[in-house]
Amino acid sequence: MINTKDILETIAMIRQEHLDIRTVTIGISLLDCIDPDIDAACRKIYDKITRVAARHVEVCDDIERTYGIPIIHKRISVTPVAMLAAACPGADVVKFALTLEKAANAVGVNFIGGYSALVQKGFAPGDLALIESIPEALSETEHICSSVNVGSTRAGINMDAVAKMGGIVRRTAELTADRDCVGAAKLVVFCNAVEDNPFMAGAFHGVGEGEAVINIGVSGPGVVRSVLARAGDVPIDEIAERIKRTAFKITRVGQLVANEAASRLGIPFGIVDLSLAPTPAVGDSVAHILEEIGLEKCGGCGTTAALALLNDAVKKGGVMASSQVGGLSGAFIPVTEDAGMIDAARIGALSIEKLEAMTAVCSVGLDMINIPGDTPADVISAIIADEAAIGMVNSKTTAVRVIPAIGKKVGEELSFGGLLGSGPVMKVSTCSPAKFIARGGRIPAPLQSLKN
Amino acid sequence: MKTVITVVGKDAVGILAKVSAMCAENGLNIIEVTQSVLQDMFCMIMLAEMDGMNVPFGTFADKMEKTGKEMGMDIHVMHEDIFNAMHRV
Repeated sequence: MINTKDILETIAMIRQEHLDIRTVTIGISLLDCIDPDIDAACRKIYDKITRVAARHVEVCDDIERTYGIPIIHKRISVTPVAMLAAACPGADVVKFALTLEKAANAVGVNFIGGYSALVQKGFAPGDLALIESIPEALSETEHICSSVNVGSTRAGINMDAVAKMGGIVRRTAELTADRDCVGAAKLVVFCNAVEDNPFMAGAFHGVGEGEAVINIGVSGPGVVRSVLARAGDVPIDEIAERIKRTAFKITRVGQLVANEAASRLGIPFGIVDLSLAPTPAVGDSVAHILEEIGLEKCGGCGTTAALALLNDAVKKGGVMASSQVGGLSGAFIPVTEDAGMIDAARIGALSIEKLEAMTAVCSVGLDMINIPGDTPADVISAIIADEAAIGMVNSKTTAVRVIPAIGKKVGEELSFGGLLGSGPVMKVSTCSPAKFIARGGRIPAPLQSLKN
Repeated sequence: MKTVITVVGKDAVGILAKVSAMCAENGLNIIEVTQSVLQDMFCMIMLAEMDGMNVPFGTFADKMEKTGKEMGMDIHVMHEDIFNAMHRV
């Protein structure tokens, strides 16, 4: 029989320490829905999503029951919609968003991602049309998530896209100002976006992917924190060991659920994403892990080093536990989604500058940060450029998901509810980057040798 | 296929009897039981074969949890694979 201690440990992880499967995401290719008539394309999209994902929620609920492990979100990611928009020049591309919303409601998923464009090297007309439509699309829908990839290590950074996205982020927040600017919380700007990410807002189904695929994201910051709390005063290498062991166990659950979902839905298993994803719930925070390692408050000196250790140990532990690892795979540091980060930001221990440094050693970027409502579009563009540069030079994924809190100032709060959480508006440097952003053009791809 | 039933709570008369009666009712064959009472806290782990189960898994799990609540106990019914996945390489 299985060891009693192991059984009780698993139950404690799930019941007390918030171990859960964050998301089972079905990636669906929409390439066969491309049609020059946008209404015909929308019909094909709706039919395909409701057919492929028809049993998604039902099957996940059944798996949840059988294994006793909560599956928090059921999501869908689709082919970047800009590719479909490319086929219907002049059409109102918001129709795609409304169709995806209708399909999401029909199958009962929590989010649908892929209202996206990949423009790291330049815009095609379809990309441009899609990007221009993002504010309206996100203000008229509830479940749609949007992402734009503006840079990569191989292509450099498309500064025209960066300049444009500053305005788009602002406009999206303005159009949803009556709902705490929640539109901007569903829009992320990437450098080195990955094609198999199950997490929102950045999930889309890459063109290199198959017809349909199941990707899984696990979540277990609370479990890691409890293990470290029990560890006592051990040297830092022992801390790394314990995180590894815990990450292994967490990821094995993800793999089990992935295999089960794949076989029950008849859709191939893609990857398990090893990211440690926090929630606003108490006891499910990445910041609290860093504090358990020995920091008074997340954001103080030592935070970057502690986070680097955590991020690396999670990957090392997780990689052996799963047959296919992918997605973003690293610790997330979304401010409003993490109780410890929210606390640290409220008392001023955590600044955007420190968060930027932290993104150099973890997944995924400046995530879920509320910024003052009067922040100009070019400052938002410059934040995006800085973050994209970190990703480009370090050959890693970085992203920006900031929420301009329209009508609010530093210290006031925004509250989105659910997994998106709430948090204070944080201070942003007001020095103007206007001339730099207005130049446009491309930042050339970086050298891959002479790595200092 | 086997399921692990864990029962944790304040010790009382007839816990084991009640849980095993429910297993029998629903066609589960109990193959192993470990149980201990520590400072009034009752903790039992039961391994049961569910090939002959006559209700859907979810229904059985719900019934057990409900019974647990009525007795003031925490009862969890989980497929054994989650424990194997987590603790065996």
